[in-house]
Amino acid sequence: MKFTATVHVSLKPSILDPQGRTIERSLHNLGHDTVRGVRTGKTFTVQLEGDRAEVERQLEAFAGDVLANPVIEDVTYELAETAG
Amino acid sequence: MRAAVISFPGSNCDLDAVHALNHLGFSAQRVWHAETDLPATDLVVLPGGFTYGDHLRTGAIAARSPVMTAVKAAAKAGVPVLGICNGFQVLTESGLLPGALLRNENLHFVCSTVSLEVASTGSVFTRSLAEGQHLALPVAHGDGRYYADDATLDRLEGEGRVAFRYAADDNPNGSLRDIAGITDATGNVLGMMPHPERAAEGVLGGTDGALMLSGLLEVLS
Repeated sequence: MKFTATVHVSLKPSILDPQGRTIERSLHNLGHDTVRGVRTGKTFTVQLEGDRAEVERQLEAFAGDVLANPVIEDVTYELAETAG
Repeated sequence: MRAAVISFPGSNCDLDAVHALNHLGFSAQRVWHAETDLPATDLVVLPGGFTYGDHLRTGAIAARSPVMTAVKAAAKAGVPVLGICNGFQVLTESGLLPGALLRNENLHFVCSTVSLEVASTGSVFTRSLAEGQHLALPVAHGDGRYYADDATLDRLEGEGRVAFRYAADDNPNGSLRDIAGITDATGNVLGMMPHPERAAEGVLGGTDGALMLSGLLEVLS
């Protein structure tokens, strides 16, 4: 079976995100005064093949250790069977 | 005294490091990142640069390249490992040092000379220096904000593993507790953001880097 994983990586809430802060300021300058709490992150899409348990095991192994650095980042993912 | 300077794709201070080390009396050579073994050596240097274009995170891909297995083994066997700038980022990504280096707080790429204070002389790298001594060393980085959780920071300070701090009001990147360089628990792995190899000859505008590297040579001899 073929799967598409979507992996979301974001800085832990306790870590200062100066890029998010700068973007927020810029949004305020554009008139979006109510915007708060802008945080940056990354999204990866990954194609995987195998049975679901094996694919999940692999994903678990590299998402939290390679795609994200557990010292500074949180990671979540969704796994969907690829059509066709 | 032999030194191995690791070259990764995107390293750009490897030749500077080899030059500075040879100038000071080491016998240094470059080692390509795809190697699985290191030559017999008394010092490993992970140089500055932008390995793999800083893709994913700074140092992340380099930390997982073949040569790092050999570097970890060498560190475990007691060979001193010095990571400078991007080399420091590789060391945190590889797990040889705790914490991480994040985007500078002011989002600027800082390229200047900073005043560093020697915070601990407990490692081979700083044994020849004096606690509280100030060194003027160049920095050039966009991702140098040292971060670790409070418990780790307390442990680093408690165990004398903060080797260098930015001197008062000279923290260029927002590093927690002004940390500029740390060592591992054994004291033979040092990561630091400033560049001692860029201040190793008077003609380059400074010799405080030579002070540190010559001191290391003396300690190792």
